[in-house]
Amino acid sequence: MRNARSLIRALPVSPAVVLLVLFLGGPIAYCAWIAFTDLQLTGQAEESFVGFDNFRTAFGDEAFLNAVWLTLVFTVVSALVGQNTLGLALAALMQRASKPVRTLVGGIVVTAWVLPEVVAGFLLYAFFRREGTLNTLLEWLHLPTQNWLFTLPILAVSFANVWRGTAFSMLVYTAALGEIPKEITEAAEVDGAGGWRRMWHITLPMIRRSIGTNLMLITLQTLSVFGLIWVMTRGGPGGRSQTLPLFMYEEAFQKSMIGYGTAVALLLLVVGSLFSVVYLRLLRTEV
Amino acid sequence: MPRSPASRRTTHRLAADAGLLVLAGAFVLPLAWVVLSSLDTGANLRVKVPDGLTLDNFDAVLTPEITFTPLLNSLLLCGGGTALTVGCAALAAYPLSRFRSRFNRPFLLTILFATSLPITAIMVPVYALFVRVNLIDTMQGTIFFFAASQLPFAIWLMKNFMDGVPKELEEAAWTDGASSLQSLLRVVLPLMGPGVAVVTVFSFVMMWGNFFVPFMLLLSPDQMPASVSINDFFGNRGMVAYGQLAAFSIVYSTPVILLYVLVARRLGGGFALSGAVKG
Repeated sequence: MRNARSLIRALPVSPAVVLLVLFLGGPIAYCAWIAFTDLQLTGQAEESFVGFDNFRTAFGDEAFLNAVWLTLVFTVVSALVGQNTLGLALAALMQRASKPVRTLVGGIVVTAWVLPEVVAGFLLYAFFRREGTLNTLLEWLHLPTQNWLFTLPILAVSFANVWRGTAFSMLVYTAALGEIPKEITEAAEVDGAGGWRRMWHITLPMIRRSIGTNLMLITLQTLSVFGLIWVMTRGGPGGRSQTLPLFMYEEAFQKSMIGYGTAVALLLLVVGSLFSVVYLRLLRTEV
Repeated sequence: MPRSPASRRTTHRLAADAGLLVLAGAFVLPLAWVVLSSLDTGANLRVKVPDGLTLDNFDAVLTPEITFTPLLNSLLLCGGGTALTVGCAALAAYPLSRFRSRFNRPFLLTILFATSLPITAIMVPVYALFVRVNLIDTMQGTIFFFAASQLPFAIWLMKNFMDGVPKELEEAAWTDGASSLQSLLRVVLPLMGPGVAVVTVFSFVMMWGNFFVPFMLLLSPDQMPASVSINDFFGNRGMVAYGQLAAFSIVYSTPVILLYVLVARRLGGGFALSGAVKG
């Protein structure tokens, strides 16, 4: 009787569960299988099990190690340093700014975030090109110009990701700072603590949970960026902005090595899962 | 002479305003490029005052082939995906929010775990799987995948919004003989209208801007949504009509910006994050 009732109660969950199992769980399980095979796009009728060969190949493959390194640079520069710090700075400044400025700046930053990925990619491609806005600006300031997408492609795409993603951190920190009771900051002010000291000793410790969740979420978002880099550089020149998602795509499709590409995908998924578990622990008390 | 707190506050405000405006200047340049170029007769890659104001660029791209078909495809894909996501999420959130069960916690933890998985990583196996089950290059396959990828976050958000609807109102409906489904449709969902709107708009915006999923799963040009067809402007390394590219970018981006403004004004800036960050 009780079982029947809980079954009926659980019934509405079933469409979601079916979709999730078939279209998310299925591919993840399939991913874990073909990463251990030599599946290719053409030529071969049946794939065969090759054990850890794909992973051994990966760790001996300079292009793969290069992609790991670039993913690390991309994540640290654009997410951990860029989006996080800039988002916090924007939120902190907004607390003191006048309302019209706050609205205007918030609107601009959020627009960059809401734009479709590919459009953002084009806008920053135009910005960083040799004949683009950045160089025009530098010429005007009598500073040396260069072909950014050629000389420093990974930095160009990192800045693009900062441009596109900072709004997220800004919104997280605006919410977090808004929850700090005014009395606390005012008391510190009366005690003579300057702006930086207040930030360091009072504000940051009070919002540390938001900092943790924000860092976790932007890291995960940055790990899966594809379209932005694809539009700006295609991972080039010569693989110098080829992060793991682009490497995975190239191995699987341009070189038709689906098994190998999937092994890379699985590694990315495992890294993502580890971050997710840390994220769950940060939220632990609330579920 | 010690300054008064009021004048110090004004100085702080002016400094904050100045700092923000400088930062915003850096953010606005790429946006200014797309707006100015779309109206420019001789657009190139830099931000400049237009050579001559014109709507020719919009005229040139507003054709069935360049704009309307891709936008219609986007609408079908994202509309279908969103409808499926919101429907399934509302149904799933209901028992999670209303009934105690020992499965709730593990289910919610799994969902929360799935919201943060890098979906990009599984696109290659999804492609391989779709080839195997003949879903490759079909709208419905892409819609199903879109819905599945958005579902974890949608369920999570929806459950949090539903928790905010008091149970008493529903109990009144039950006494009047309404079934659970009826009370969900007639009482709970209408009361959490803004919440449903947020989930809908958020899912739609995410799908509308997504490039990698349709890029992998759809092959025939006549099914391509705008996120992929925009690539055609770069053609085969020929001359790029930057003015037209900018005009198309604006036409393609406008719906999501409008939707965002609509929802953000109703619910405050951090709407999309309330579920993800505060748990």
